[in-house]
Amino acid sequence: MRLSGQGLTCVRGGREVFSGLDFEAASGDVVAVVGRNGSGKTSLLRLIAGLLIPAGGRIVLDGGDAEMTLPEQCHYLGHRDALKPALSVAENLSFWADFLGGERCGAAESLATVGLDHATDLPAAFLSAGQRRRLSLARLLTVRRPVWLLDEPTNALDVAGQDLFGGLMRDHLARGGLIIAATHTALGIAARELRIGGMA
Amino acid sequence: MTALAALIRRDIRIALRVGGGALIGVLFFLTVVVLMPFAVGPDLALLSRLGPAILWLGALLASLLTLDRLFMADHEDGSLDLITMSRTPLELACAAKALAHWLAAGLPLIVATPVLGLLLNLDMAATGAVALTLLAGTPALTFTGMIGAALAVTLHRGGLLMAVLVLPLSIPVLIFGVAASQAAITGPLSFGAPFSILCALSLVSLIVGPFAAAASLKHGLD
Repeated sequence: MRLSGQGLTCVRGGREVFSGLDFEAASGDVVAVVGRNGSGKTSLLRLIAGLLIPAGGRIVLDGGDAEMTLPEQCHYLGHRDALKPALSVAENLSFWADFLGGERCGAAESLATVGLDHATDLPAAFLSAGQRRRLSLARLLTVRRPVWLLDEPTNALDVAGQDLFGGLMRDHLARGGLIIAATHTALGIAARELRIGGMA
Repeated sequence: MTALAALIRRDIRIALRVGGGALIGVLFFLTVVVLMPFAVGPDLALLSRLGPAILWLGALLASLLTLDRLFMADHEDGSLDLITMSRTPLELACAAKALAHWLAAGLPLIVATPVLGLLLNLDMAATGAVALTLLAGTPALTFTGMIGAALAVTLHRGGLLMAVLVLPLSIPVLIFGVAASQAAITGPLSFGAPFSILCALSLVSLIVGPFAAAASLKHGLD
């Protein structure tokens, strides 16, 4: 499987964020998107996720599921955790598992993996920032999708959480997945750098 | 199907929990209707003549009250991004959300109507007529209101803008809802004609609403 973009141009609010951007990632690759604030790291991820429409260029996924569009094969982990404070940890996760559908593994195991199995009945409102992030990671584990788009994934995670996350990424790559992550800090895994918006 | 059922179940669950909008809407409806007799005075004949209109206005305002959060909450916590990316067509997801909102916030208003009818000196038949018109008409309020809720997300303005956008669209529903209730209570017009138009308005909005809302959300991708 190979994900590539050619000549991507992104315009937001009448301002050109980046133009003529090329990238390429194959199964088992990690691409770390780096650049200063406002250089368009998040915009690139949202272009791939289909949440922004490119002003130019195109994004192609070769070797994916022909019946599904690219966004349907992506997991997008953004700044916001897509959690409902009124619902419990288990309810939040099972909603996304039911809504996103497709191949999945057990919600209970995913919660155990990210270390939230003791809090399944706790409303998400009472989770700390790090625990919220762990719960979002459980979504990525429960619903299997080949492409992970991660925006500052290690934010709010403690050292143990970052180690755990590194392990999860390695498992994902071993299953033939690929990862594109926008980040300021080291991901804890060997990654190819994609620098956008000139030198930092 | 599982995806839509999950979405409906989740939205109803949130609405019924602490901080959800369902109970607030009913309380607001109750407050508006209870205030009316104090403003109008103790003339029972006048109250029963105004009754259907008061109930309809109360229901309209109460259903608007919680509608602006329909997409805003999902937008703020990032859920809307995932819903947009998913396999489920956005139109169907919008329809599911509106249906959940109607079940959680619209249906309780109709259940509360017989109690409030007592306060407005409406007899059993009149209360039944108003409840029936509300049952036929409130889906139209929710599904046209959804368009305003989607625009509020696109334009990053909530609350008041949405009321200004949606209230004019609700005028036909209000006219035929109150007309049908009045026809059932006092005549001389037949109940059937305005009631059929009310049902037609609901059916049209069931189709137009989800498409318009989804178009607005897609246009506002950012």
